[in-house]
Amino acid sequence: MKAGSNLEKILSKGLFAVTGELGPPKGNDVSVVKRKADLLRGYVDAVNVTDNQTAIVRMSSIATSSLLIQMGIEPVMQMTTRDRNRIAIQSDIFGATALGIKNMLCLTGDHHTFGNQVDSKNVHDLDSIQLIDCVRTMRDQGTLLGGEERIEGKIEIFIGAAENPFADPFEFRVVRLAKKVRAGVDFIQTQCIYDMKRFKEWMKMVRDRGLHEKVHILAGVTPLKSGGMARYMAKNVSGIIIPEEIIDRIVKAKKPAEEGIKLCVEQIQELKEIEGVHGVHIMAIEWEQMVSQITEMAGLLPRPKGE
Amino acid sequence: MIKAEQKPMEEILRSIDPYKKILLSGCGACVTVCHAGGEKEVLLLASALRMARKKIGKPLEILEATPSRQCEPEYAQELSELSEKVEAILSLACGVGVQTLVRFFPKMPVLPGVNTTFLGETLSHGIWEERCQACGNCILEKTGGICPISRCAKQLLNGPCGGSSKGKCEIKKEADCAWQLIYDRLSSLGQLYKLEEIIPAKRWGIESRDSGLRRIIREDLKI
Repeated sequence: MKAGSNLEKILSKGLFAVTGELGPPKGNDVSVVKRKADLLRGYVDAVNVTDNQTAIVRMSSIATSSLLIQMGIEPVMQMTTRDRNRIAIQSDIFGATALGIKNMLCLTGDHHTFGNQVDSKNVHDLDSIQLIDCVRTMRDQGTLLGGEERIEGKIEIFIGAAENPFADPFEFRVVRLAKKVRAGVDFIQTQCIYDMKRFKEWMKMVRDRGLHEKVHILAGVTPLKSGGMARYMAKNVSGIIIPEEIIDRIVKAKKPAEEGIKLCVEQIQELKEIEGVHGVHIMAIEWEQMVSQITEMAGLLPRPKGE
Repeated sequence: MIKAEQKPMEEILRSIDPYKKILLSGCGACVTVCHAGGEKEVLLLASALRMARKKIGKPLEILEATPSRQCEPEYAQELSELSEKVEAILSLACGVGVQTLVRFFPKMPVLPGVNTTFLGETLSHGIWEERCQACGNCILEKTGGICPISRCAKQLLNGPCGGSSKGKCEIKKEADCAWQLIYDRLSSLGQLYKLEEIIPAKRWGIESRDSGLRRIIREDLKI
């Protein structure tokens, strides 16, 4: 065991993992965290806590992750390299592990110009691959990045990263995954999948390189709430592909939200059958109340105990 | 070369408001090439400023000069005589040129008339694009000659982020994704294997931009 988190135990037993996502409040209102936590508890094995996603200022992922632990939920603390240099990154890892956080997702982060502090100076001292390497060094060598300096204590972190099979250049995406594996990543959560054909093509490339045996891949899904949302995401969010027939299905449905859930469940069932997919990551953005239904309908309940 | 853009008229007028007589100095090098501060721009700006000040009843006298390279001591010194006749200098050179004048004329206010924008290349007439951030530790050998420090919005060293779509960057739709360009270039050179290598964290603090004031000393050239 590298960290002994619930997520790590489930994945290393070869069980199909389920993770969820929680966006911290735009302030210090703990009741928001509690409300979302209550909607996710028991339905997922661990919950990603986003790190100022889309560069909107929110409660820090470390503090929110720590609150989740107190609420009986295992967090996957997301950390972007957008806002921290390597001093702050390593200091935050010390702090996070001291607070009992055992899973971490290494990200570059959305560009700051998408957020609400567009005049800020971005950092990008490391990229996500260098961040993985940094955490792995801290954990496995017990030293700081690039140095001989010994760490007081023991860093135990199950290291995750994201991958987007729908961004370009397509042929390079698997090379990038291979680099993440070489840097020391333990699990991957993908961008939300709608284009199943392209995802399967990507997974074949992953298997051809034998990467599915070196890293746990959790396939990302996001239930569509409405035809408007489907159209908006397809048109405006780079790195998301939604095929026309899916947009059509949601747009034409009598009850689009119900259809969105049904579609999400079908996707999970299809993803479960793909060799090398070891779990799903359900990103029900501001729709956390649907996670219980999705996991129930997809036959993912009850969640196993990692012990 | 260094690229620059003239500051808005209102900002220039505000900065020279206290003065009745100024020297407007262009530069014959980079800012001439990008049409921001050469002899022609000095001529045009001087007449625009005179008119604007005349209109509000505060006439402005302007002396004009365009040394070949304002950032070189021997050319900057050409302005000595003119500078004695004015209250301030408005410079259309880049930030380097402004500071050369500051060094030579310790008692003279020197004001910038342009924003120095980037080190770039001419794409076609009237279009320039950033190519280098003078990081001080060139990695173009690893990236097919395309610079991710200046051309990737996140300065990624190990491949494109999830926002690379159909060759474009999600930050600015008109901008090419630097990593798509790198991929295409290495592909056409038959060097895609270079992308398998993990480029380690850049040494910003020792060999690069964040090491404090950078200076080059060439003993063989010193007099």
